[in-house]
Amino acid sequence: MATQRQDWFATLKESAITAAVAGVLMLPMIGLYTSTRAGGLAVGTRWIELAAGVFLVFLGRLALIRIQNGDRLAPILGGLLVIATGFYLPLPNGLLTVCCIAGGAIIVLRSVFVWGNSQLQASANQNDNPTIAARVQPFLKKYGPWIGAAVIAFAIAFPWLPFADRRLIDLATLVLIYVMLGWGLNIVVGLAGLLDLGYVAFYAIGAYSFALLSSNYDLSFWACLPVAAMLAAFLGILLGFPVLRLRGDYLAIVTLGFGEMIRIILINWVEFTKGPDGISGIPKPTLFGLSFSRRPSEGTESFHQFFDIPYASVDRIIFLFYVALGLALLTNAFILRIRKLPIGRAWEALREDEIACRSLGLNPTNVKLSAFALGAMFGGLAGAVFAARQSFISPESFTFIESAIILAVVVLGGMGSQVGVAIAAILLIGLPEWFRELQDYRMLAFGALMVAIMVWRPKGILSFREPTLRLHEPDGKVGK
Amino acid sequence: MPDGMLELAGIDAFYGRIQALRNVSLNISAGEIVSLIGANGAGKTTLLMTVCGDPRATTGKILFDGRDITNTPMHEIARAGIAHSPEGRRIFPRMTVQENLLMGSVANPESNQAEAFERIFDLFPRLKERRGQRGGTLSGGEQQMLAIGRALMSNPKLLLLDEPSLGLAPMIVAQIFEAIKRLNEQEGMTVFLVEQNAYHALRLAHRGLVMVNGAITLTGTGKVLLGNAEVQEAYLEGAVKKVADA
Repeated sequence: MATQRQDWFATLKESAITAAVAGVLMLPMIGLYTSTRAGGLAVGTRWIELAAGVFLVFLGRLALIRIQNGDRLAPILGGLLVIATGFYLPLPNGLLTVCCIAGGAIIVLRSVFVWGNSQLQASANQNDNPTIAARVQPFLKKYGPWIGAAVIAFAIAFPWLPFADRRLIDLATLVLIYVMLGWGLNIVVGLAGLLDLGYVAFYAIGAYSFALLSSNYDLSFWACLPVAAMLAAFLGILLGFPVLRLRGDYLAIVTLGFGEMIRIILINWVEFTKGPDGISGIPKPTLFGLSFSRRPSEGTESFHQFFDIPYASVDRIIFLFYVALGLALLTNAFILRIRKLPIGRAWEALREDEIACRSLGLNPTNVKLSAFALGAMFGGLAGAVFAARQSFISPESFTFIESAIILAVVVLGGMGSQVGVAIAAILLIGLPEWFRELQDYRMLAFGALMVAIMVWRPKGILSFREPTLRLHEPDGKVGK
Repeated sequence: MPDGMLELAGIDAFYGRIQALRNVSLNISAGEIVSLIGANGAGKTTLLMTVCGDPRATTGKILFDGRDITNTPMHEIARAGIAHSPEGRRIFPRMTVQENLLMGSVANPESNQAEAFERIFDLFPRLKERRGQRGGTLSGGEQQMLAIGRALMSNPKLLLLDEPSLGLAPMIVAQIFEAIKRLNEQEGMTVFLVEQNAYHALRLAHRGLVMVNGAITLTGTGKVLLGNAEVQEAYLEGAVKKVADA
């Protein structure tokens, strides 16, 4: 009896401590808010919301401890009660409703599937979660091609689906741009293991190449695309040279500086880049010379005239989506192929052990430069598509936070994994848009998502490394 | 025996300001197994690394097959036919056994990979069983086999082995040394072996070298060195009885 009481006391104490910590954290974020009053900003308070939040954290911690101790029924009932409260009681704040429902749901889920602490630790400790990999692998092996085909079919059909409106297609285009960026950076970070914090520089180079070439020389998107890719790749090599000897943190710092340098050059070289004003009126891509404008300029024909269909402004957005999709698929095909070539294997070997690589007769200089160049090339492609989508670019689009987001896509997706990076791009770029309903708490939800991924999938969403060659059974011959 | 395959003449090498090798000269002929023994920090690994080009020899000359490789870039030294199985094995942990082996053929792109695979799987059947497995999940002995196999993929003329017995159980060590012996006897592979396990290394070798403080102090056939009182005193304490029994 005494131990049980002690047990309860400890539980309550820990819950109270957690609630107190949460209270301190939430005080500035939830307890206080600024509002515009006559004569400037004023600070308002939301004590009720704060108290409710602290109370919820207290309940949640209590329930989690009970679950850990093997108690299930009480947390389930409590969780359901909190969910019901969220649904039926008119709470003072919409966010509180969301928190109640989501928090209650998590408690209920956790008590139903007791994810024991030991299991969690085991999966965190192991290199790439073989339990999950082992379960997913045979399934993927069997249905992988079908799933891939289904996803591509879905992507192709996407603009024609009933729920796809103008905004959603545009968002999908943006997601595809980030998928491309993620895959490009994945070559450098995921495969070659070179931490690059200035990847946005290549994105910027691609975007500005297209913008400047089209506005100064009147070149079309399709003519500029290879030039943008090549310029970015060239810059990748240029960056690669001085940092060849660097690894890890030092490399990260130098690349970070490089990213900033490019941005500052774009701001200050006003006669060439128009500085902070940016470049506007960037043309949209055309379909074999058919533009997507309502009234094409003299001597050209537009899409709707050629096919004799009524003009729809959404056509242009759909077309851009397909351009991005095509380029993304091209990127994917290229990377999947090159991973199986000696150069792709050399990147991975370099990530694993540079000294061994050197003693095996690999020239690390070439390997690194090729990784930088190809990674940069895809960044340049994505940049050109981005410029075409926006019609307007300025140095503000290419700040450090972009590099960080692209890196987050790669790390959260699982370094080296193509599918993982695509999923992470959808989550990281798509979800903040869906979270718009949470308004100011959008970034908070975004952060919570990142933390959640890192807790449950510390090596990224899909961290299993697909071998570049398969066994040829059963004759025992080794395949190439 | 034909002329020296590897010749070192008066090599000095430094790590920063610390001299690691002092006037090292040696000669390895084709078809020989030469073992270099010595205590921790004597400079054994440095000597192998210097042959591979890192650190560079500051004075002296390194000739391989009559060609001066003293200042040849590291990757070209490997391409010239010197394969190096580095200290601590240094396999690629996240890559499969097959992929690890394939990386070994980088130095000799013209070599027949299927043939090389066959040869290595014949030498180390365990690697064949494990060929789809990731390198990091292999046992220490298997990793050592993989490191040697990887070095052999390029069909080298000279094999440099740095402490293949490091951290392995005696039975596995015996297996590995047996494989090295087979490699030498059947294919005539020239092997330069660096070892702390002096007993095994000297028994295997045609010739042995003893290194102290960055300089070679004793040379002789393996048998002679095994019988040498100084060597027994310094490096063979545990094994002396075995030698006497043998």
